[in-house]
Amino acid sequence: MLNISNLHVALEDEDKQILKGVDLTVGDGQVHAIMGPNGSGKSTLSYVLSGKGGYEVTAGSAQLNGVDLLEMEPEERAAAGLFLAFQYPVEIPGVGNMTFLRTAVNSQRKARGEAELTAGEFLNIVREKAKSLKIDADMLKRPVNVGFSGGEKKRNEILQMAMLEPKMCILDETDSGLDVDAMKLVAEGVNALRSEGRSFLVITHYQRLLDHIKPDVVHIMANGRIIKSGGPELALEVENNGYADLLAEVA
Amino acid sequence: MAIAQAKYDGAEALINAYADPSWVLGAWAVKARATALATLRAQGAPHRFDEYWKYTNPAKLIDPDTPTVPVLRDAEDRPFHDVDRVKLVFVDGVFAPERSDDPKLSGVEIEPLKSAMQSDIHWAAEVFGKLEASGQNPVARPLAALNTAKATTGFVLRATAKSDRPVSFIYLHENEKSDTLIHHVVKVEEGASLTILENGPAAARLNMVLEIDIADGASFHHVRAQGRDHQRRAATHLFARLGKESTFKSFTLTVNGVMTRNEAVVEFTGDDAHATIAAACAGDGDFHNDNTVFVTHDAVNCESRQVFKKVLRNGATGVFQGKILVKAGAQKTDGYQISQALLLDDDSNFLAKPELEIYADDVACSHGSTCGAIDDEALFYLASRGIPRAIAQDMLVMAFLAEAIEEIDDPTLAEEIHKRLSAWMERRRD
Repeated sequence: MLNISNLHVALEDEDKQILKGVDLTVGDGQVHAIMGPNGSGKSTLSYVLSGKGGYEVTAGSAQLNGVDLLEMEPEERAAAGLFLAFQYPVEIPGVGNMTFLRTAVNSQRKARGEAELTAGEFLNIVREKAKSLKIDADMLKRPVNVGFSGGEKKRNEILQMAMLEPKMCILDETDSGLDVDAMKLVAEGVNALRSEGRSFLVITHYQRLLDHIKPDVVHIMANGRIIKSGGPELALEVENNGYADLLAEVA
Repeated sequence: MAIAQAKYDGAEALINAYADPSWVLGAWAVKARATALATLRAQGAPHRFDEYWKYTNPAKLIDPDTPTVPVLRDAEDRPFHDVDRVKLVFVDGVFAPERSDDPKLSGVEIEPLKSAMQSDIHWAAEVFGKLEASGQNPVARPLAALNTAKATTGFVLRATAKSDRPVSFIYLHENEKSDTLIHHVVKVEEGASLTILENGPAAARLNMVLEIDIADGASFHHVRAQGRDHQRRAATHLFARLGKESTFKSFTLTVNGVMTRNEAVVEFTGDDAHATIAAACAGDGDFHNDNTVFVTHDAVNCESRQVFKKVLRNGATGVFQGKILVKAGAQKTDGYQISQALLLDDDSNFLAKPELEIYADDVACSHGSTCGAIDDEALFYLASRGIPRAIAQDMLVMAFLAEAIEEIDDPTLAEEIHKRLSAWMERRRD
């Protein structure tokens, strides 16, 4: 599904290298987690993959099902099946959530040469998916993320994921700012989307989220590289001992 | 001295540029025109060194040579197409009854200005040129004086009840060299209501005055769409006088146009009244749009709102000059003013001059003016969901302008404005 090889990334405006040779392969239907201390480059990886400006790829590659992601515009990456659930979903005053969702779904369908959904078709689908995420009609009508609580914003991200049906989902600290119940709800939403043809890359600080979204592989990222990979037990090790031991091990 | 002479010469050139009618005018019209003519001569033509013309060079509006403006001919839907209304069509500034609806609307007297001017006594005498003259102080508006002194085309409307349909002025432009003055007079009697719609380029060069006298408890709504025929020039003036507990709401959409100066002069003369002046513009290239607003509070507990939003790109220029004057004794005034521009590139300009002048001590007046670029974070968020950049940008532009469009009370009319803007943006997408 996702193949990242020797990825080096620097900030465009300053001479600062953030990613220093990331290698990562996520297979079809797999869930990988990335953990790591602050400033290790986890969020940068998610932004570079989804095409945010301000970063310069100085070496390496990233492919989605054999297609070079880094050459594409953000909207082309989305249409190709990539999705990023933002750590901080952006508030967009004046743009209704429904209009936004429908424009997004139909833009992707159009880019893939599929027929656009009619207003009625779209409404039926969105209502059903919103219900399972406990998103009410009012949240759908309001401007995108404006006045949403932390939990509502994250649920709205998962709703977008459910509507867009991406192949490769990146969750950037989706658990941040969520209480236990909200986290459960979000995790259920993610788990409902798990399938053979869909993979996940879950970026998190805490093992707790991984109790709900069970990963196949856990990676530890530090200083712009993946320094260790293993099974779910690796996350438990971090939870118990912190990163210090792992960092010392590699050094 | 050179400037004074230029202003004097300019006024004479303007006076000579527009012919006087060959038909006989009634006494009231003769008097009103003579007063305005004297005003224009005393003021002189607008000059770019005048305080209220320093952001907008008046040359394109007063150039003795009438511009040649290509006429756009296409099958595009006109604004307000689906709105049930009484259509009054002007072609290059001349009323065209054969292309208009029968000018009849329950509760509203509708009469061409020309026939009103031919009678010796007419109710229009109480309004025609009167509100314009009152709006000449403290800021000179010589183009409005010119209009009163010379215009013979337009309508006089008198609403005596709540009208159930809007009166819709449609200004067609068919002659590449047309240079025209249109003057409407509106009187909304006590407790009555009227909505006026306006659209169309009107002429190669248009000078428009709309005087609106709103009696106690009456309400007046105005929605206009200025667009098409990009090389056209227009100077428009609204003069409104508000009685007790009356309502005035005006919204203008401007897209296209190398020179559009829209002045609005609003005066509160009765207590507890409300006025909203709002506008949205989307400009591209050699577009220039100026909103100059003057609101005078001379009554107690009145509320005024000014909401102006401009989206500019490829070197387009937007100007906003807005003033709230609160006279001594106009206590409990609530004055609000916001002007905002979204600049889509580094070449575009927004020039804003908000002014407050307050002589009462128990008032709430606020004003704000901002100028910024599109929000990159929002743009990336939309793109990351698969929305192409051009469409994402248009969504954000529309969201920005929507705050001005929301000032229109009637949802059907607001939707019409939305449609105009969407269509304009779609045509411009790369």
